[in-house]
Amino acid sequence: EKSKSSFFGKLGKAVAGKSKVDDEVLDNLEEVLVSSDVGVNTTLKIIERIEERVSRDKYMGTDELNTILREEIAGLLSETHVGESTEISIPTDKKPYVIMVVGVNGVGKTTTIGKLAHQFKNKGLKVVLGAGDTFRAAAIDQLQVWADRVQVPIIKQKMGSDPASVAFDTLNSAVADQADVVLVDTAGRLHNKVNLMNELSKVKRVMQKVVPDAPHEVLLVLDGSTGQNAFEQAKQFTKATEVTSLAVTKLDGTAKGGVVIGISDQFKIPVKYIGVGEGIEDLQVFNKYEFVDSFFKM
Amino acid sequence: MFDNLSEKLDKAFHVLKGHGQITEINVAETLKEVRRALLDADVNFKIAKDFTNKVKEKALGQNVLTTLQPGQLMVKIVKDELTELMGGDAEDVNLSGNPSVILMSGLQGSGKTTFSGKLANYLKSKKNKKPLLVACDVYRPAAIDQLHVVGEQIGVEVYSDRGNNDPVAIAKAGVAQAKSLGCNVVIIDTAGRLAVDEQMMAEIANIHKAIQPQETLFVVDSMTGQDAVNTAKAFNDVLNFDGVILTKLDGDTRGGAAISIKSVVDKPIKFIGTGEKMEAIDVFHPSRMADRILGMGDVVSLVERA
Ligand SMILES: Nc1nc2c(ncn2[C@@H]2O[C@H](COP(=O)(O)OP(=O)(O)OP(=O)(O)O)[C@@H](O)[C@H]2O)c(=O)[nH]1
Ligand SMILES: Nc1nc2c(ncn2[C@@H]2O[C@H](COP(=O)(O)OP(=O)(O)OP(=O)(O)O)[C@@H](O)[C@H]2O)c(=O)[nH]1
Ligand SMILES: [Mg+2]
Ligand SMILES: [Mg+2]
Repeated sequence: EKSKSSFFGKLGKAVAGKSKVDDEVLDNLEEVLVSSDVGVNTTLKIIERIEERVSRDKYMGTDELNTILREEIAGLLSETHVGESTEISIPTDKKPYVIMVVGVNGVGKTTTIGKLAHQFKNKGLKVVLGAGDTFRAAAIDQLQVWADRVQVPIIKQKMGSDPASVAFDTLNSAVADQADVVLVDTAGRLHNKVNLMNELSKVKRVMQKVVPDAPHEVLLVLDGSTGQNAFEQAKQFTKATEVTSLAVTKLDGTAKGGVVIGISDQFKIPVKYIGVGEGIEDLQVFNKYEFVDSFFKM
Repeated sequence: MFDNLSEKLDKAFHVLKGHGQITEINVAETLKEVRRALLDADVNFKIAKDFTNKVKEKALGQNVLTTLQPGQLMVKIVKDELTELMGGDAEDVNLSGNPSVILMSGLQGSGKTTFSGKLANYLKSKKNKKPLLVACDVYRPAAIDQLHVVGEQIGVEVYSDRGNNDPVAIAKAGVAQAKSLGCNVVIIDTAGRLAVDEQMMAEIANIHKAIQPQETLFVVDSMTGQDAVNTAKAFNDVLNFDGVILTKLDGDTRGGAAISIKSVVDKPIKFIGTGEKMEAIDVFHPSRMADRILGMGDVVSLVERA
């Protein structure tokens, strides 16, 4: 809080009564944004927008600039439907509603599935998990622990089996049990591995044999401490699976996750959740103003 | 994004042609491009600034060789400076103990468990050692199972104690177990933890104190952004670790975090992880990493030949 107010304080002094933001302010702003992993391109874009606003609105004090900053940065974050909450809502006419969770290695996919399952179950929905990571050591056991914690069924096969076949089984079982939501885990994969990316497209196609419009959501999980490489991740996963929403994890640490601003802007994908810990309750619905404010705190 | 850094540098130096010297004025544009390239590669903001200042000092007054594009000369200066910053040749792990104890540390999901397996496999097959893996992550779901699967894959014994939730006790028992099994290396896998989690940082400090490892390694994801400096510094403050492991370099990240970490803790980067399989481990090469961060391996080798 202290450094937040001091940043805005400094900002205020430097711009009060001026119709142009001076270089010192912009330098400070650049440092804050780049240090939050926003990236040079997006930072320049934000600075341009601020300059435009300032020259248009002429006079401004600290408060106005504060507001403008938040508005302009938050404005880059894409939304699903204006005014609606960002969390995934499960429509009653799509049953089961299939959510496939994808991302590079170790970002928090399996953990996020456990937390999401817990949230859906608390809303009275019938949830099924699919253990689609058949590759990583003990990935299936890990999801099984989450299934036990949340007390929802899990569909799994042996380690090394075909993930598409696991997804197929999972959807069949969900249909038979009239489940409301299916969460399909997938193995972590780096986006530059063509074969592994093709495998994801295959998992998708096989799901559609059971539920024609599945998956209804593809949730890309990004590690909040990842830098500019997250752009390429978003690009390649979108290409392979048409990502519909983002979750940013590990924001309980000191990393800010600013790279998602540019990603959300460029690919028009909304951020829906943030992960703030390893516990079952540590998943929050994304709030863009709080997110932006966190850049200015230490 | 900056595959064409040298092209940009050439353009920035266009005005210079015929003047023959790098001056304060004509170098400004170029340094901006260098700084930008570093930031795009996730080099920490402050470190990128210091670095470009250093490059500027080196560059000022240098004669532009007629055989080279001025941009390429700048690239060479940048690349040499970067390589130097990242340290000399790769350093091996310290195996002087009997048994030698190696402690892994790092953030959640950075690749500790996988690397523990890779290192055990490497020491077993390349250094003729008999390692024991010890499972001290009592938190992550199925972390113990994961290490057992890894151990099985490489034919290395794993010590775990599922009824015990005290990692310090497990670590100590693991070292004792190694002695009784005649293992000469012990690799301790630990839970992922955030540097701001005081309780968990105290826990790993206690493990460290209890087992006095010959080698403490900090495992970091090469895709890490600006936060790498904070995390590396915090772990180093608590553990005074001996080396850094950069994982997931089989991706297409530039890996600028490597420079940030090196600058802030000045510890050698010892190994890199280049895949999920147990064989995907390699020693660290500073100059290759410099090329990668700048995204311009070809140009650099061209300059070196010239
Ligand atoms: N602090 C913190 N840790 C998290 C968060 N989300 C996940 N983790 C931890 O990050 C590590 C990796 O999480 P997983 O859920 O296994 O990640 P994954 O993407 O499924 O990994 P792979 O399947 O191996 O690709 C675990 O130690 C989790 O407990 C979070 O929001 N905060
Ligand atoms: N592509 C690639 N994946 C890797 C590499 N090293 C580890 N991984 C993957 O990264 C994910 C996380 O690895 P783990 O070894 O479980 O990481 P960890 O640090 O032990 O995680 P926690 O115990 O949850 O903190 C897994 O999916 C691994 O297969 C690497 O060098 N390249
Ligand atoms: Mg997983
Ligand atoms: Mg682990």
